[in-house]
Amino acid sequence: MKKHLLSLFASALLAVGLHVPAANAAESKPIGAEAARHLLNRTGFAATDADIKSFASLSREEAADKLLRAAVTDALQKPPAWVNDAPPSPAKLQAMSQEERMAEQRKNVEHAFELREWWFREMLTTPSPLTEKMTLFWHNHFATSQQKVRFTPLLYNQNVMLRRNALGNFNSMLRQVARDPAMLIYLDGANSRKEQPNENFAREVMELFTLGEGHYTEKDIKEAARAFTGWSVDRETGQYMFRRGIHDYGVKTVLGKSGNFDGDQVIDILLRKPETAQFLTRKLWKEFISPLPDEVQVKRMAEEFRESGYNIAKLMRIMLTSDAFHSMDNRAALIKSPVELVVGTMKQFEIETPNMRPFVLAAALLGQNVFSPPNVKGWPGGEAWINSATLLGRKQLIDRLFRNEDRMEVALRNMDEMAMMTGNPPPPGREARQQRQMERQMGGIRWNLDKWAEGFVQPGRTDEARESMTRVVLAMAPQNSSRASEKPADWARQLVTDPVYQLK
Amino acid sequence: MNRRHFLQTLGAAASVPLAGTFNGVSWAAPAPSATIGNTPYNNLLILIELKGANDGLNTVVPFANPAYATLRPRIAIARDQVLQLSEQEGLHPSLKPLMALWENKELAVVQGLGYPNPNLSHFRSIEIWDTASKSEEYLDAGWLARAFAAAPAPRQFAADGVVVGSSDMGPLSGQGVRTIALADTAQFLRNARLAQAGGDQRNAALKHILSVEQEILHAAGKLNTNFAFKTEFPRNGFGNQVRTAAQLVASKAGIATIRLTHTGFDTHANQLGTHANLLKDLAEGIAALKSAMQELNRWDSTLVMTYAEFGRRPKENQSSGTDHGTASVHFVTGGKVKGGLYGEGPQLARLDGNGNLPFAVDFRSMYATVIDKWWQGDSAKVLGGKFAALDWLKA
Repeated sequence: MKKHLLSLFASALLAVGLHVPAANAAESKPIGAEAARHLLNRTGFAATDADIKSFASLSREEAADKLLRAAVTDALQKPPAWVNDAPPSPAKLQAMSQEERMAEQRKNVEHAFELREWWFREMLTTPSPLTEKMTLFWHNHFATSQQKVRFTPLLYNQNVMLRRNALGNFNSMLRQVARDPAMLIYLDGANSRKEQPNENFAREVMELFTLGEGHYTEKDIKEAARAFTGWSVDRETGQYMFRRGIHDYGVKTVLGKSGNFDGDQVIDILLRKPETAQFLTRKLWKEFISPLPDEVQVKRMAEEFRESGYNIAKLMRIMLTSDAFHSMDNRAALIKSPVELVVGTMKQFEIETPNMRPFVLAAALLGQNVFSPPNVKGWPGGEAWINSATLLGRKQLIDRLFRNEDRMEVALRNMDEMAMMTGNPPPPGREARQQRQMERQMGGIRWNLDKWAEGFVQPGRTDEARESMTRVVLAMAPQNSSRASEKPADWARQLVTDPVYQLK
Repeated sequence: MNRRHFLQTLGAAASVPLAGTFNGVSWAAPAPSATIGNTPYNNLLILIELKGANDGLNTVVPFANPAYATLRPRIAIARDQVLQLSEQEGLHPSLKPLMALWENKELAVVQGLGYPNPNLSHFRSIEIWDTASKSEEYLDAGWLARAFAAAPAPRQFAADGVVVGSSDMGPLSGQGVRTIALADTAQFLRNARLAQAGGDQRNAALKHILSVEQEILHAAGKLNTNFAFKTEFPRNGFGNQVRTAAQLVASKAGIATIRLTHTGFDTHANQLGTHANLLKDLAEGIAALKSAMQELNRWDSTLVMTYAEFGRRPKENQSSGTDHGTASVHFVTGGKVKGGLYGEGPQLARLDGNGNLPFAVDFRSMYATVIDKWWQGDSAKVLGGKFAALDWLKA
């Protein structure tokens, strides 16, 4: 089968080469099922056979436009009720006993779990997976961790803001990020005052959010830090507030420009630099196209991005219709993130669950605990997703899920034990409660691999059925082409245990 | 001849186990087939992370300093309980099993370990320790990952490093290092059956995955749980990790470093009992480790070192616990360790604005000692600067 698939790929290549000499003509042609799968999996969490068919007849432009038109600005899932809670006042926090403080902390940890579950369910059910992919991309770009912010509604608010801007305008998003209470706490802006400007946000806005390393000096950071002083958080409401009294109104010099700048004017300066558009384009390239950006193409795309006033949807359209994106060389060239693996597997195989927590935990164990990125740089991603621990973790998860889906409860309990072992274990009482709760809820997880697999079966055409399943599940031909079993569910088991299943 | 080439050459002619000398430093005369070939990596490093940040002041107690009892009216260790090491300091009574090592002059107590501009976040500060970075510098790879990327263990080693009981690779995180993570050897061997080798490396991503599969299989092929120890391992979480580490060494598989994680040190409230138990488990675990390594004739080629993201604040908090601090004390032990006190005792009169201790010895000096003296490597290259090696190894 591997050979067969490869020859299919080859003939697809030939078809493009032979029949369509001009690029424009290529673009108006239907992209076909392989490219449709590629597009949908890169921009979503695992395309179903039906999704693929609905995109196969579109041209590159039509397909990209369809995805971009479907974008949404708000999540459809109802958020947990506590997202509207006001933060505990400083006076109340001060007066808390150690026990009350620990209870508050436990509540925040529990809320963070509920928030992750909410987001996972949104990813799984959204009509616009691209919106969630982009939101996840910006969460990684503007990495902010619950472990420092603590008060979880602020993380929710940030997530709402990122989703609203996910395919909007980067200029506008960056200004909202600079005023975002979670970010102001995470990078210490909230307490930055003219007498002692905190450089944390000023450093990261240049190094990680816009220019990238090597395009600014330590002096630029110190000066920019002064411009952002006074951008703070109202402790009563948890909202952004400008504190006039601690803002530095003096003259600053940033990247060669002088004036009595505030933060917005520093952002203006950063956005005028071509390096900013290039830095963002390069990062999006690595997320959506390939591990090694083509610098000539990056510069071209970045220039259009900057000239558009940082229209993210426009840049995404350029990328998703590019020859590089559609190049056969870049198929299966990226490693799935843990969230993509976990949510993608649920979506692909129609695993339904009333309780997302075990799946949230699974992704965390595999190295991606959303709302808790490892540091300000976010998850390094790419090959760093895979080491011996996470690869065996991925295999173990898949193995237990697919070996006997009725016994998933056992697998998930086992994952939970691993979580206890690797993380900071919660106090024993809570652990036991959580365990019982999880076991009760896990009884509700039902899925039917046999039924799913039978959907591919065509009477008397076993090879074709197998191949169409393969083309849906894997981004390229499998490593292992053993044909031991005639049972469609076993084909699926073989596909998900193939190393290629880790690729997108 | 560069170092990598040197090791490869050794690897190629590795059938004769020998004691060796390199750059004027000798390493262990190995037990029969307990080590592989003639490589400095037959000198084993066992790191023990005290996760959550151990309270250094109640571990090595500055009992003679009156400020100690003043800062800790409820949680100070009484002077008559302390196991005296000097006129100034002594061990927490739970660390009694370490006294045999101390009396045998193979326990180094390194005080005042820290770094400039200390960060008080667990996550950030352990990252600084793991990557040996500056306070304001973000590095992607752990210090051991960089050390092995620069000078790998011989190919016939099962792995450069094994992480026991944690899926976080810590100092072994990064590219170019062969690291295996496992909780339990038997379970690892069962799971390793899911790994698969070979096939075309059709792109870089697949190549990476296949090479990790290969690492898993390579290690699994060399590990076993066959050795029957006479040593009794403590029956607790840390004791289990020590048993796993001992089994790994007994596999004679070739492993240059093992990282264990002893968790629960974030003692913000009512710490006395919790901390006493944690230290007891630690000390009993280390004693069992010595006993097991002696059974394997590996104690002289084993270096055990504790580390953590920071110490805890000298002044106790309102809840009879301690908050995040800075400089702290760590232990180094092994058959080749020159026992004694190193660094500088806690400067309780010189606390910073947060009420925390100044540091006396940069933690990267500990790493430099391992790389330069224990493994005859080039620490300046790995650590991005020269840090003076400490003197706790016998010549």
